[in-house]
Amino acid sequence: MLVLHRLLLAAPVAELVDATDLKSVGRKAVPVRFRPGAPQLVMSPLVVKNLTVYRGERAILSRVSFELDAGRVMIVTGPNGAGKTTLLRTLCGLVEPEDGQLCWRAVPCSFRDPQYHLELAYLGHDAPLKMDLTGRENLRGLVGLRRVIGPSDVAMALREMQADSFADRAVRTLSAGQRRRIAFAALGLMGATLWVLDEPITNLDGAGEALVQTALSRHLSGGGMLLAATHQPLGLDPLRCDSLALGAARS
Amino acid sequence: MTVSKAASSWQAARIVLQREWLLAVRRPAQVLQPLAFFAVVTAMFPLGYTPELAKLRAIAPGVLWVGALLASLLALEHLFREDASDGTLEQYVLSGQSLTWLLLAKTIAHWLLTGLPLTLMAPWLGVVLGVPLTAATGVMGALALGTWTLSLLGSIGAGLTLGVRRGGVLLSLLTLPLAVPVLVFGARATELAITGDSPTGALYLLGSLAVLGLTLAPLAAAAAVRIGLE
Repeated sequence: MLVLHRLLLAAPVAELVDATDLKSVGRKAVPVRFRPGAPQLVMSPLVVKNLTVYRGERAILSRVSFELDAGRVMIVTGPNGAGKTTLLRTLCGLVEPEDGQLCWRAVPCSFRDPQYHLELAYLGHDAPLKMDLTGRENLRGLVGLRRVIGPSDVAMALREMQADSFADRAVRTLSAGQRRRIAFAALGLMGATLWVLDEPITNLDGAGEALVQTALSRHLSGGGMLLAATHQPLGLDPLRCDSLALGAARS
Repeated sequence: MTVSKAASSWQAARIVLQREWLLAVRRPAQVLQPLAFFAVVTAMFPLGYTPELAKLRAIAPGVLWVGALLASLLALEHLFREDASDGTLEQYVLSGQSLTWLLLAKTIAHWLLTGLPLTLMAPWLGVVLGVPLTAATGVMGALALGTWTLSLLGSIGAGLTLGVRRGGVLLSLLTLPLAVPVLVFGARATELAITGDSPTGALYLLGSLAVLGLTLAPLAAAAAVRIGLE
């Protein structure tokens, strides 16, 4: 009887000790988050779990999970056909996944949530420009869907990408690299937190690459996030970069 | 980066309309071709059938309506195709705005650039078929409502045929059967207008079809476009 009584008493006492222990840790919990090796107590803004995408019978992605913190880069690597573009497009809600969860700012949400889309900007292989409009008109059309911008904002963004000399020519007459510069000017104006880029620096010359690197670094130091599929090094601070390697296509 | 306000849905719709207008100005051929097609097809009938105005007047409603339907179908093929290939539709999906709403804006722009000019042309082409100009109001009212409904129906078809290479014929096969009620009431309204009777009843029915299309078609078009983009 006494033994049983002790046992019953012992349990709450042990719990109490544990709780105080936890409390003492809890008080330090805020700095703990930044201590290397410490368990993360605050969720990353972007958490993707078990993303699985099928095309017909073929699994393009199976159970891909990753997290991305503010100010950090995730480089998606893998051989051709590994599903890099599919991963990016699924994340943007352009491809319907078979399975997978998304947590944006610690709130579970759908890949097609308009609030999530407002904070996300996507640039695919080709710049999403209208051939018959000028760069400036394209910029207004692309960004104007999301936010109200004036001509001075457009001019500044174009100047930053050193695209103002050809911004008033029809996009049809521009080279692939010049189109990309205009697309990046649009990206900067959209005011999104999470940039999802597919091969961001293809077709760019040395100067263009440097401009894009500057834009990306500024985006990151402002707390932005970047998810990029690329074969070429982006030239970003390696301390900010993580990489996600996708395997070869499975059948 | 500059801090700016998020665009409201009205502002986004205005951007879409402005853009479509600019594109039409830059590529007038795409706007003019369906109109020229309508004019040529209508003008063929007096040559191929009979120059007698009384006989032509009897077939005028059918000729005008089939001509207008086929002409606006010609234009419908381009409704989403280029936007899909250059990535504009993807940006629409990702804009944080309702895709349904943006596609509705795009469909309205399409109607303003094809349906409305076709409507304005019809009374003058009707003269070739012996339609009196006194019937102009009825003819135009019926065609305005009819082409509007067809643009909406076509937006569903254009969305569904996005993934199909050379989907023009398929688009016609999908859209024209759905347009039969529009054709029936529209031709009836035109006939009543030509004979000098009041076309109000038929116009009300056309109007109800137009409202039904406005309510349901953009939703279906958005769903179709999402599938087409995958």
